[in-house]
Amino acid sequence: MEGFFAQAIIYILAAIVCVPIAKRLGMGSVLGYLIAGIVIGPYLLGFLSEGEDIMHKAEFGVVMMLFLIGLELEPKNLWKMRDLILRVGLSQVLITAGLVFGIGLGLGFSWRISLAIGLSMALSSTAIVLQSLKEKNEMGSPTGKLSFGVLLMQDIAVIPILAILPLLVVAGAETTGGAGDSAGLIDNFPGWAQTLFIFGAIGLVVILGRYAFGPLLGLVSKTKLRELFTASALLIVVGIAFLMQVVGLSPALGTFLAGVILANSPYRHALETDLDPFKGLLLGLFFMAVGATINFSLIAENTSVIVSATVGIILLKAIILFVIGKFKRLTLPENLSFSIGLSQVGEFSFVTYAFASQLGIFDGEISDFLMAITALSMTITPIILVLLDKLILPKMTKVESNDREMDDIESKGKVILLGFSHFGSTLGRFLRANGIEATVLDYNPDQVDFLRKMGFKVYFGDGTRLDLLHAAGAEEADILISAINNAETNAKLVHLCKENFPNLEVMVRAKNRYDAYELLEMGVTNIYREHLDTSIRMGEDVMKKLGFRSHTIHRLAQNFREYDEEALKILVQYRNNRKEYISKVKSQIEMQESMLSGEMAKKFSLNDQAWDSETMKKTLNPEKE
Amino acid sequence: MRKVLVLFAHPKFEHSEANQALIQSISDLENVEIRDLYELYPEFNISVQQEQGRLFEHEVIIWQHPFYWYSCPPLLKQWIDLVLEFGWAYGPGGIYLKDKYIMNAITMGGSEEAYSHEGSNKYTVEEFLRPFEQTARLCKMRYLPPFRIPGTHRINTEEMKDKVTEYRNLVISLRDLDDLSTLNPLS
Repeated sequence: MEGFFAQAIIYILAAIVCVPIAKRLGMGSVLGYLIAGIVIGPYLLGFLSEGEDIMHKAEFGVVMMLFLIGLELEPKNLWKMRDLILRVGLSQVLITAGLVFGIGLGLGFSWRISLAIGLSMALSSTAIVLQSLKEKNEMGSPTGKLSFGVLLMQDIAVIPILAILPLLVVAGAETTGGAGDSAGLIDNFPGWAQTLFIFGAIGLVVILGRYAFGPLLGLVSKTKLRELFTASALLIVVGIAFLMQVVGLSPALGTFLAGVILANSPYRHALETDLDPFKGLLLGLFFMAVGATINFSLIAENTSVIVSATVGIILLKAIILFVIGKFKRLTLPENLSFSIGLSQVGEFSFVTYAFASQLGIFDGEISDFLMAITALSMTITPIILVLLDKLILPKMTKVESNDREMDDIESKGKVILLGFSHFGSTLGRFLRANGIEATVLDYNPDQVDFLRKMGFKVYFGDGTRLDLLHAAGAEEADILISAINNAETNAKLVHLCKENFPNLEVMVRAKNRYDAYELLEMGVTNIYREHLDTSIRMGEDVMKKLGFRSHTIHRLAQNFREYDEEALKILVQYRNNRKEYISKVKSQIEMQESMLSGEMAKKFSLNDQAWDSETMKKTLNPEKE
Repeated sequence: MRKVLVLFAHPKFEHSEANQALIQSISDLENVEIRDLYELYPEFNISVQQEQGRLFEHEVIIWQHPFYWYSCPPLLKQWIDLVLEFGWAYGPGGIYLKDKYIMNAITMGGSEEAYSHEGSNKYTVEEFLRPFEQTARLCKMRYLPPFRIPGTHRINTEEMKDKVTEYRNLVISLRDLDDLSTLNPLS
């Protein structure tokens, strides 16, 4: 198959066919993509032969995923996880690497090869594990947290591993300047300078994240050109990835760091929304590439060796993880999904194999074997997980206690508040004063900046974008408040919510009676006309100053408001009949008139005749009460 | 089967375990309607017409409330003031409540012993409830002996459970029993 379009069509078609089937069967998208890759790969349909090549490119999806995960993790939450990352993660990496190293020696490999294999195989697949956890909505569960901690440590471990590998090549072996993906521009500098560069790069990411990205995004968002914002988001991720590569660090780690720093920024939800499709596509491509690289002819020739090696490594990793899970007091079902979930060999080992081959540690055959084992393990573990989830766990989980510690990843507010102008901020303040933290979105970057300085947690974003509402948690939210005064925006929003979040209760601010009618016709029941309460309250005060008693006037005002709200519902029908030939302005005047004449005709019954002795006196006259 | 109307008044329902348990215990009963007055009328703006309509439909009325300062919370007093209108509930033409049954169901902090002539409250619960009793009588209703949970400040969960079951059974009897004249809620 030649040409970009043909390639694209094959990939996309394979994904469209396989992924929905996999999902339908309850397997999750990862397995679907892997199978799609196998199907179009060289050994089944033979559409593509360069899976490896594509895999290296698509690895960028993993980088993006870590950026997005970073966005959901505030620095203080990350700090809370330090113990988890260091102790649990480090022990997993060291023990696994050590044991594999020992086995390698036992099997008669040289210590160099054994060490390289051990270090590579200690790592699990961030892409597979996190994608599955997210799909199952388990990122906040004990399993999810522990898995995340281990994966993060593994990503950090990439740095020393890449540093160690060249040291295995003793002088005399051919070291080429360009070494795999870690080919850094700084390789020619002495060690201390390289270290300096590495720290410098991390520092640069932190500084940029703190002081540069926010203003950049603010500037871009003012142009109101959405694609420019997306481009800037991509620039941030690609730029950091590039920087990390230059100094020889893991790009995923760098972007994760940037994500964490930006987690506090107002652009968090907007970034999430814009980058998510890229991440999804690239990750899908990556999984397909993994599927396509499985060398089935090699497996067919050496079935027993490869299968036993694959099963062996999965088993070994799972057991080590299980023991760790035991130490961290996971329940048996949690521990099973934790240990089996992380038991595959990760995508990163493809990089180390290539690197090690280039360095001359491996020969081609070993590298092919290892790649087959890795790809196979990445395919098998999702299958085992599905079986575990569908068949075994349901039998084990009876009534698990729900009162576990809340998740570290910030839980989404149950109320979403759109628009944080004077109206919205008053509302937001009232809610906050009573312990309800709403997720606030506003589309004015200056306003967002200002409110952030005042300590409000406001995010930048256009609330009428479906993806952004998703990111803000509209699916789990109970109530969506629109404090926006633009009628068209509100109409758009109402339609959007009706279609996509039927269970979300929508409460809308309306500028005036006319807008309220529009909303009523759309079936909105919670409509708040912004001037109604204030003007009546002012009228109340006028009456008091004229000498009426406060309590009587207060009750009259209550009734007037109720009457006005009721009249709205009745008059909306009247409006419909004449809609075609009465202009907006004219119909407004007519409505005002009918309201006014109605008020004069109607004697307000105050519902408190009992406090009035008039009727009694009349009836009982001349008796006295 | 009679229709039972529970007029419930508690200004801070969310903090009253006793009343929550009581309301919970009867909320699933058929032909028993609970009107949470503080939820319906947070601004004390009682709709007299609606309330009278409800009264008209039901044969047994229960005023359920905490016993505040030997009486009911202010919204229930307002309800009595405004809903039981002259010419509707009493006086000439005031016949709409005639022969309906009515009862107080109260929760009280003090013990039953405190409500005696020797106790710190000096009078019995029945004596304190006289205004309610007489209100009922003026409206030609039949006033039933009050149901009460005394000593809610120090009651234990077991005792509370018993009282709550007792209340539920009482409400069922009020609904289903043919002859209510012999009914004694304290038995």
